[in-house]
Amino acid sequence: MNDLYIILTASLVACSCGLLGCFLILRKMAMVGDAISHAVLPGIVIAFLVSGSRDSVTMLAGASLIGMLTTFLIEFLHKKARLQTDASIGVTFTCLFAIGVVLISLFAGKVDLDQDCVLYGEIAYVPLDMILSPTGLIFGPRALYIMGAIFIAIVLFITFGYKELLLTTFDPAFASALGISATFWHYLLMGAVSATTVASFESVGAILVVALLIGPAATAYLLTDNFLVMLILACVAGVLVSISGYYIAVWLDGSIAGAIAGMTGLLFTLAMLFSPTHGLLFKKLRTTSDEVSSA
Amino acid sequence: MNTLTDFFSFSDPNIRFVVIGAMLLTASSAIVGTFTFLHKKSLVGDAIAHAVLPGICLGFILSGTKNPAYLIIGAFITGWLSLAAVEFITRRTRIKEDTAIGLVLSVFFGIGIVMLTVIQKSGNAAQSGLDHFLFGKAAALVGEDLMVFGTVAVILLFCVFLLFKEFSLLAFDKAYAQSIGLPVRRIELVLTSLIVLAVVIGIQAVGVVLMAAILITPAAAARFWTHRISVMVLLASLFGAFSGLAGAYISYIAPAMPTGPWIVIVISTIAFISFFLAPRRGVISRMIRQRAIRRTINNENVLKTLYQLGEESKNFFLPRTEADIIHKRSYPSPLLTAVLHRLRRQGYVERIGTTWQLTEEGMSRGQRVVRIHRLWELYLTTHVNIAPDHVHDDADTIEHLLTPELETELERLLNYPTVDPHQAEIPYKKPV
Repeated sequence: MNDLYIILTASLVACSCGLLGCFLILRKMAMVGDAISHAVLPGIVIAFLVSGSRDSVTMLAGASLIGMLTTFLIEFLHKKARLQTDASIGVTFTCLFAIGVVLISLFAGKVDLDQDCVLYGEIAYVPLDMILSPTGLIFGPRALYIMGAIFIAIVLFITFGYKELLLTTFDPAFASALGISATFWHYLLMGAVSATTVASFESVGAILVVALLIGPAATAYLLTDNFLVMLILACVAGVLVSISGYYIAVWLDGSIAGAIAGMTGLLFTLAMLFSPTHGLLFKKLRTTSDEVSSA
Repeated sequence: MNTLTDFFSFSDPNIRFVVIGAMLLTASSAIVGTFTFLHKKSLVGDAIAHAVLPGICLGFILSGTKNPAYLIIGAFITGWLSLAAVEFITRRTRIKEDTAIGLVLSVFFGIGIVMLTVIQKSGNAAQSGLDHFLFGKAAALVGEDLMVFGTVAVILLFCVFLLFKEFSLLAFDKAYAQSIGLPVRRIELVLTSLIVLAVVIGIQAVGVVLMAAILITPAAAARFWTHRISVMVLLASLFGAFSGLAGAYISYIAPAMPTGPWIVIVISTIAFISFFLAPRRGVISRMIRQRAIRRTINNENVLKTLYQLGEESKNFFLPRTEADIIHKRSYPSPLLTAVLHRLRRQGYVERIGTTWQLTEEGMSRGQRVVRIHRLWELYLTTHVNIAPDHVHDDADTIEHLLTPELETELERLLNYPTVDPHQAEIPYKKPV
């Protein structure tokens, strides 16, 4: 049963991240996602100090705000201070992450967070935190419910904002001509990324959120040219890496989140080599057969 | 104050090790980082920092000891591998560079974490302390570490010194470097190796995540103070060394404080101060300059409007109401009032009751703007072959920018014309 809980939670994290990741990589904002996943740390610590608990709504709201602040800061440094994009991302997230780590050591006694957990989480502990009914009935792990809610929220967000998100991603100029504010949807998307990051933080940690944001989406991107299909494929890839990663980790007796990230890389490599449309192998075969037929 | 003197007398060898080690690391990273920054590879530095983790673990698994030499070799190999992977993915597939960086970074790091957890559970007693590479251990540096850091720092400095010109050229004009026959690929290879080397020793001070900061942030800060690359390298290394010193001091007075993150907070503070307050390139000085330009443009536009009203009624010194001016050219009313008051203070207009009248100086300044506008329109139609109905907007911009020397040159070139393409008179200072 514990296996199932862990795999289900990981799959929900992977699907939520994968869906958002599709938008991120098409907007060339993969590294902004990376930056946000680090930068929410001070937000988490502050929200934790204020609200005193880990899974409150304040925490999600606070972290989303910090995420949007990160996005704003990166753009501010780029546009107003004319700092090149890569440097403005690097400076912003390292600064915020450092503040977060210092806050953790300052309030070490009051904050139930440690540095290791921040980096790679501990999904193996998911089944330890169960929701119980007053009569002692077990409803399942708390993290599973939180991630379930986040996943449903992301699906709703994408369903209702599909047209706007799609237009602002592929043709921001046309979107503005139709009266859709690219900035508004940009910040909304970044808010969603932050919220997902924070919710996934406990289970997979800051850096492995990035693997799930980018990996499944990049894999899907190599397999299709249809955006809707890409979204679905990203979810499928997310579930696949969660299941395979879990069993590899059990076999090696190592970190589950780390193994899932490793599997993301393997799946991407497979797609890169064997994708029917964009795979390197078929591209090569096609060029050789072209040469043969032209000769 | 006592702690301050204790600290800076460096009588305690531990303090000496930590301070020298931290400063060596941050300064040498900053020097290499300057070129990382100029080559726009900031995030690549971040990727390498994460990707060395599996290499360090592998070095440990194969050698069974924490001997820095093996760990550094392992780190070097996977650091390099990650770069090769990023480049391969970017070149051979439709995946963009940022996605490739993020993917490689997280996958390598994930594999590293798996290896680290496996090692930790293997029961090998020598493994304790490997996780220092995750968060750094600047406060626990010892003499041995210093030897390694010192050697690497000397290698880094020597290579940068030797290839200074080549690195600079490549950062600014790769095509030119190629055309004069420089071995561009090989130089890039050396630079990348230096980045990997700097990262490998740097993460021992600040850890994986914050490594990008000590590489990039000093350079980003230095960029705002100078245009000269040699000065920039020097400033970056000074900023880096100072943050290393400050970080060591903070963790000396508050032992519970982690050194690495404090180094990063200090260097980030220096960077944000630079972004805002640096002369010329800083945000504030840029804003002040833009405001001054906006003011000049508003001033000149109002003077121009008053002059044009004068042309229509053949009398430049007739008092005008604000409504007259807005009727000729639309301004938001509060803005117009503010501009007129400013012009009065500068002596270009005089206020008579509720009306405004050009002074002699205001008339000649307005005239100059109109003259340049029409000269430029004429120049664009006769010399650049642009249709007369397309030249107005361009002239509207240039009328505020043209220097007196260029103005004279333009008059000479066009042979002191009297009318513009729209048959409006071109006014000169002394009526011809």
